[in-house]
Amino acid sequence: MDVLYFAWVRERIGMPREAVQTDAVTVRDLVAELSAREERYAAAFEDISALRVALDQELADFDAPLAGVREVAFFPPMTGG
Amino acid sequence: MRISVQEQPFDLGQESAAFAAGHRDMGAVVTFTGIVRDLPDDPMEAMEIEHYPGMTEKAIAQMAQEALERFTLGDVLVIHRYGRLVPGEMIMMVATAARHRSHAFEAATYLMDYLKSRAPFWKREISAGGAEWVAATEADEDALSRW
Repeated sequence: MDVLYFAWVRERIGMPREAVQTDAVTVRDLVAELSAREERYAAAFEDISALRVALDQELADFDAPLAGVREVAFFPPMTGG
Repeated sequence: MRISVQEQPFDLGQESAAFAAGHRDMGAVVTFTGIVRDLPDDPMEAMEIEHYPGMTEKAIAQMAQEALERFTLGDVLVIHRYGRLVPGEMIMMVATAARHRSHAFEAATYLMDYLKSRAPFWKREISAGGAEWVAATEADEDALSRW
């Protein structure tokens, strides 16, 4: 699946998107998997209450299942308007 | 209903006039415009707005559709810019058309509350002191609870 990062999450991880091969069942599992990779991921995902996630461009929660999902995006709370 | 997520500036007068002219059966048109404002203590050079292409358009279309139904609007227009903007520039506008003014006002407020916290934009303020991501506030989130 494609994993996208925006705003300071993108800055901490150091790239806007990447392709990830994973068997993670939920978003939370994927976060744990990424955080275990490298310090920059751990830093970005340190406090997931400060983050939002979208699955295939719809807001979701961290317990949502990843089955069939093609695009996951992590970002801070939005500041539009 | 028209949604435009764009980098280039828009002409508020032209957009408002065209929107209002298209609705002879609607007695009320409300427009709201958001403008980049300067920081009180640390003069801002620019505001950079990042967004999530694809999701942004979809999310705004969903809120606009919801507003149309909920407030029985005749039409909705949302224009939101991204990229680098300087103080004084217009960031975005919404326009709502309804038979009566209360629905047009309410729908504009509703759309602004949702755009603020549910449209995937992120603002960063650039000043001599550095660059800082604008944090979402609890008030922004609380504003949604009234709907």
